[in-house]
Amino acid sequence: MSQAFTKAMARNIFYGGSVFFLLLLAALTFDTHMAWPERDNHAAITESVSQGKALWEENNCIGCHSLLGEGAYYAPELGNAFKRLGGKDGIKGFIMSRPKDGIPGRRSMPQFNFSPEELDALADFLEYVSGINTSNWPPNIQG
Amino acid sequence: MQYQSQSVAKPYFIAAIGLFVGQILFGLIMGLQYVIGDFMFPEIPFNVARMVHTNLLIVWLLFGFMGATYYLVPEEAERELFSPLLAHLMFWIFLIAGALTVLGYLLVPYATLAELTHNELLPTMGREFLEQPTITKLGIVVVALAFLFNIGMTILKGRKTAISLVLLIGLLGLAVFFLFAFYNPDNLAKDKYYWWFVVHLWVEGVWELILGSILAFVLIKTTGVDREVIEKWLYVIIAMALITGLVGTGHHFYWIGTPEYWQWWGSIFSALEPIPFFMMTVFAFNMVNRRRRNHPNKAAVLWAMGTAVMAFLGAGVWGFMHTLAPVNYYTHGTQITAAHGHMAFYGAYVMIVLTMISYAMPMLRGREAAPSVRSQVLEMWSFWLMTVSMVFITLFLTGAGILQVYLQRFSDNPLPFMVAQDKVELFYWMREVAGVVFLIGLIVYIASFFVGSRDPEPVAGAVEPAAAA
Repeated sequence: MSQAFTKAMARNIFYGGSVFFLLLLAALTFDTHMAWPERDNHAAITESVSQGKALWEENNCIGCHSLLGEGAYYAPELGNAFKRLGGKDGIKGFIMSRPKDGIPGRRSMPQFNFSPEELDALADFLEYVSGINTSNWPPNIQG
Repeated sequence: MQYQSQSVAKPYFIAAIGLFVGQILFGLIMGLQYVIGDFMFPEIPFNVARMVHTNLLIVWLLFGFMGATYYLVPEEAERELFSPLLAHLMFWIFLIAGALTVLGYLLVPYATLAELTHNELLPTMGREFLEQPTITKLGIVVVALAFLFNIGMTILKGRKTAISLVLLIGLLGLAVFFLFAFYNPDNLAKDKYYWWFVVHLWVEGVWELILGSILAFVLIKTTGVDREVIEKWLYVIIAMALITGLVGTGHHFYWIGTPEYWQWWGSIFSALEPIPFFMMTVFAFNMVNRRRRNHPNKAAVLWAMGTAVMAFLGAGVWGFMHTLAPVNYYTHGTQITAAHGHMAFYGAYVMIVLTMISYAMPMLRGREAAPSVRSQVLEMWSFWLMTVSMVFITLFLTGAGILQVYLQRFSDNPLPFMVAQDKVELFYWMREVAGVVFLIGLIVYIASFFVGSRDPEPVAGAVEPAAAA
């Protein structure tokens, strides 16, 4: 780099640029907070949904599945599982039916032995997630 | 070694390499589970193997960053470390906390671990990469604060260089942004949004400052190019990293319940994110071309140049490939993401830690400047084995990803997830083979530390006039 461009100038670009764009990120974050109520389906967050989210986390579901496209890619996307599996009963039926010792040679979800109340909570959580406005993602029902 | 206290870096580097081995072994287990679905089921289900794989990566990179810092800062500050004792103490706390966490993952079901560690008091577990029990996260904060205090005091009392200041800002940012790991609202859109404040602002933000300053340090030492020139480059590179990377966070906000304007902000700024990585490549090659001496540690120079190239390919090119919103609409959450993740982490962060270890370890082991020729030859073999196999891992995952996107999302008759997975099995097998080659490379790497330890120092050749000009 040329001599006219000094280290002090480079340093000032770093400090000035970083602070400016950090503030821009903060401003966009603030605006996102303003826009969320229209999109985040918060009205659907009941006590059961909260419990479902806790179960989702405490069983590390994200370690195999993706949720709104984030997580692991070993098992199907679940942001739209409520629609793909045909509602709450479909979700609960699938979780309950997993064989304890897996399926020979195939990927299989573990059997978690959830209580009926826990199954309800998980299904409620996935129903809530399916109502978040994701700008039409995923492209189709297969996730 | 100029300062006695630099030696605290050694256990950090050894732990880093040890955990690296664990990471790769669990990577191979996962890779096999992709094709033999019931492999080790139900003893080690996929999610456990993945947690161990990713968490070990994060922990060993942090060990590497800390070791690099302990080696680099005394030399930059021109004084002994503020407290070597504190550094040793934190080493053991971090290692034991890390080991207990991984044992927790492996020995009890995750839900039991959550119960045992009282996750309900402050629920932070069960989110990707942040699976650690809350108590472990608090431990990480304590270790980070003690580490920053130790480093901050050393810099404060000594010479302040651009390299050490940039490193300190990077480490400070690492600690500050980690605090978002403790925010976990019931509202999933908000949970996900702030989760990225840890994940993105680490790897596409402040970690680049750490990467840049370590690279600058090694280049000063190995090429003898004037500090003023190198530090000017460093400032420009990290300025571009944050100018593009901060708002570039928006490329994660396309489909998670955030407003649609993020598709514009995210696409435009993240499309610029390859620029600092490209500059890093130009920088490294330029400095090596303008070198004033031929450093006898050729392996360290190879790692440094490799970092610059592979970081650009993995983070820059493979990142750009799926960062534009209309493309990401189809590729989001597929093997394309996995492909990018592998080469970006290897190219940028694994390689910079290995660069620093390669440069510093000979001195930490009591040599003058470089390992023996025999040792370096082996180390360079490991460089090529690991780097080339990582390129192939990435290419195979990219192939799997393109097919997956087409079969599951793009064709007229989209297939269910598992049906599409079965159809791309061949790519997963080839990825696993490449993974085995990577492990062989890693074994060769470790072997290089035990070969020719008593051989004489290699002689540094004079710089040819053309290179010196």
